[in-house]
Amino acid sequence: MKNQLKGFLWIGLGVSLLLALFLSPFASSSPDGLEKVAEHHGFAEKGEGWTLWQYAPFRDYTLPWIENKKLSTAIAGATGVFAIFLIAVGFATCLKKGKVR
Amino acid sequence: MHIPDGFLSHGLNAATFVVSAGACAYGVKKVNQKFGEKEVPLMGVTAAFVFAAQMLNFPVAGGTSGHFLGAVFSSVLLGPWAGLIIMTLVLVVQCLGFADGGLTALGSNIFNMGVVGALGGYIIFWFLYRLSGRSQKGFFVALPVASWFSVVLGATAAALELAISGTSPLVIALPAMAGIHAIIGVGEAIITTTAVSLILKTRPDLVSCFHKRTAPSGLAQEGGVS
Repeated sequence: MKNQLKGFLWIGLGVSLLLALFLSPFASSSPDGLEKVAEHHGFAEKGEGWTLWQYAPFRDYTLPWIENKKLSTAIAGATGVFAIFLIAVGFATCLKKGKVR
Repeated sequence: MHIPDGFLSHGLNAATFVVSAGACAYGVKKVNQKFGEKEVPLMGVTAAFVFAAQMLNFPVAGGTSGHFLGAVFSSVLLGPWAGLIIMTLVLVVQCLGFADGGLTALGSNIFNMGVVGALGGYIIFWFLYRLSGRSQKGFFVALPVASWFSVVLGATAAALELAISGTSPLVIALPAMAGIHAIIGVGEAIITTTAVSLILKTRPDLVSCFHKRTAPSGLAQEGGVS
């Protein structure tokens, strides 16, 4: 049972990594629903004036120092998948531990 | 649907932040009562999958793209409160790590995609699933319908926020946002249903909402939004 779960989780994580590494570089780069509406109805520039948080390491899912855009997206995506996995597991572990009260 | 800085007024962002933070705090409490050994790694994988799948923009009508949201997917797998927390974690990482969605609009983004998407989507799912007498057929009707609504209602909430902030009048923002997301929602429904079916085929016990049907008693009510 436990081993089966482990197997399933590795598959889930593996699929996520493959998506980030090999599919995300080829994702559509057209504006998304909100961006399109903003462009169309003339309020897009409102979102371009400033950003409060300027230290995002992977701005727009790229690494600025890697020239190849596809490679850059793949690396940013895979790093993100690992990061969110570790953060979520860490968070869930804290939640579970809190159970013993 | 990630709202950048500058679109919404600070007052509105503060209000949605309070609502979202309150919902998350209550969610943490609920999840805390429920989570066991199995759910911890499952939450990690679900969050990782949602993040990866959100990167895959697919083209929709007229030079626009859309991507998977994963709110109903997470809620159906792990329960609505865990779904809200997964969406929140993903949105925080996207905002701070990838400059996707503004930090000032974080509360609004969590509200639209977590509170409305994950909790609201789950309520629709739960209602339809119960209406069907928790049949397998009912599950596969409730799942795509709720997924579609999670995207469209999230977009509707975003349109309302734009209107309240004076960025775009409601008569323009609402049909535009709901219209384009009605198409994106079809993609959401297809991806959610496919992914959940695949998991049901291999590990039905990991889909908490589906499992409840065969759960002996009492516990079945716990995951519901009350």
